[in-house]
Amino acid sequence: MKHFPTILSHEIRMLLVSSSTYIAAVLFLALMGFIFTGILENYSHTPRELSPSAVFFQLFWIPVFFMVPLLTMKCISEERRHGTLETLLTAPVSTAEVVLGKYAAAYLLYLGLWAATGGFFFILTRFAPDSRFIDLGPLLGGYLFIAVSGLFFVAVGVFASSLSRNQAVAGILAFALLFALIIGLKFVGTLELLKADAMAPLRNVVEYTNVFRHLEDFSRGIVDTRQLLYYVSGGALALIFSILGVEAKLLHS
Amino acid sequence: MSDSSPAIEVRELAKTYAGVTAVNKVSFTVGQGEIIGFLGPNGAGKSTTMRILTGFLPATSGSVEICGHSVAADPAAIKRLIGYMPENNPLPEDMRVGEYLHYRGRLKEISRKKLGPRIDEVLELCDLKRVRHRIIGKLSKGYRQRVGIADAVLAEPPVIIMDEPTIGLDPHQILIVRDLIASLRGRMTVIISSHILPEIEMTCDRVLIINQGRVVAAGTPAALRKEFLGANRYDLEVAGDPAELGALLTSLDPDVAVEEAAEPDADGFRKIVFTAPSGDIREALWSALAKDSRFRVRGLGRSRHTLEDVFLAATRRSWDATDAPASRPANVA
Repeated sequence: MKHFPTILSHEIRMLLVSSSTYIAAVLFLALMGFIFTGILENYSHTPRELSPSAVFFQLFWIPVFFMVPLLTMKCISEERRHGTLETLLTAPVSTAEVVLGKYAAAYLLYLGLWAATGGFFFILTRFAPDSRFIDLGPLLGGYLFIAVSGLFFVAVGVFASSLSRNQAVAGILAFALLFALIIGLKFVGTLELLKADAMAPLRNVVEYTNVFRHLEDFSRGIVDTRQLLYYVSGGALALIFSILGVEAKLLHS
Repeated sequence: MSDSSPAIEVRELAKTYAGVTAVNKVSFTVGQGEIIGFLGPNGAGKSTTMRILTGFLPATSGSVEICGHSVAADPAAIKRLIGYMPENNPLPEDMRVGEYLHYRGRLKEISRKKLGPRIDEVLELCDLKRVRHRIIGKLSKGYRQRVGIADAVLAEPPVIIMDEPTIGLDPHQILIVRDLIASLRGRMTVIISSHILPEIEMTCDRVLIINQGRVVAAGTPAALRKEFLGANRYDLEVAGDPAELGALLTSLDPDVAVEEAAEPDADGFRKIVFTAPSGDIREALWSALAKDSRFRVRGLGRSRHTLEDVFLAATRRSWDATDAPASRPANVA
């Protein structure tokens, strides 16, 4: 892991000089801003039970679906398409260092963009110093959920990128995988088939992987180590598959 | 690692892609400090062989040892021993030349303290000082190619492998690259592949001709010329009866064969091309013709076979003998 810092700093630098990062960032902040103002407007009409921040984080999947693919789709596929993967891997670095360096850079950027949405809440408290609007607990829980789930989601994006030399294919694949992971599993949980008693173990598994349930728990301040383990192990698995994906592509290239 | 041990030893190397054999039992050795040229038609397996040497691709069978380390068993050590410039010289488009070399130097484990002076040195060597702060994507092909070479030599590895370093360069840039490679002679073992045959002939100590995944010829350019084309070939411009001339030539060397005899021009001189397998007969021929009043001589010369002729002969021979086992041992030094 000697080269991890070198690759990480190089990747962050490359992300910061690339225009697509800024396009993604602007899109993300604009969308989140609209959502946030929309929520506030709703609240000004009718009183609700949940705090605005909890509702805000319930919509986390909208940006995840387009942000994660945008940030990660080119990290490995672009190197492969340009052939720079060849110069990179013939330098004394391991595939694991390369994949981890790229993953860490994308993850840090993902966190940075979400951290920027903290500005919305700051502005809100600044101009509407009403404690009903800002509930610190759900807010911190929400951000913690974003940070923890990001470990998995970004790794899925990196994995998709390791499978194709075409950025668009990698992006769409990442979107599809994330969709299956977030919406698909939630939908599977509602299937009539799983309601049978014989299916109870399977139903437990599906419920355990329900991302929205995790968010709820985090917002309420419940940090369940099983959920942490789910994201950390899922992320690790996706990264191991990415490393294998890069190497398998070399074997058959 | 003593000086006598080979820098690169390849034994029975084979690589198959989905049923297609790209490299078929290639064996050769390269001594330390040698410059070796890889020649071969497109798709002959040059790039594949080079990629296997760098450890980027795994071989299907056979073994490669670089400075005593097996590529398959110890890829980490191999990566520290080689400087590699792939085909088409891929470079990141949106980095500056200096930044790129700095990044590569850090990856190649050059200490921070040494890296700065070393980058200056390499930029000087490759004549890149002027473009140090330019963005690579905006450089001309010649500069990009030299950035690739600068990266390959950056960490001063004992073995340098470059896949077509002179492709797409103009003659002036080729000259610079050639000098650059020649300046590495003796210090580093260099393997280059090229389509430009005079290029190889001028820079390389030995040539390896590969066709259809096999080594079809190996040796110094002079030795190859002798092996594949054998006979010495002469151009003679002479006025006189060709039949009598034939008799004269045969008296000098019984194996003379006239290949080509042109029609006489306005002054009665005709150009005759002939081959004589034994040693140089120019001096004997010249004095015989001078003494003989039947002939008037205007010119006599020995034409050199270019590597191109050797290449064509060697690859043609291997097309003919496709199914025969690897026709000749490769390590004819």
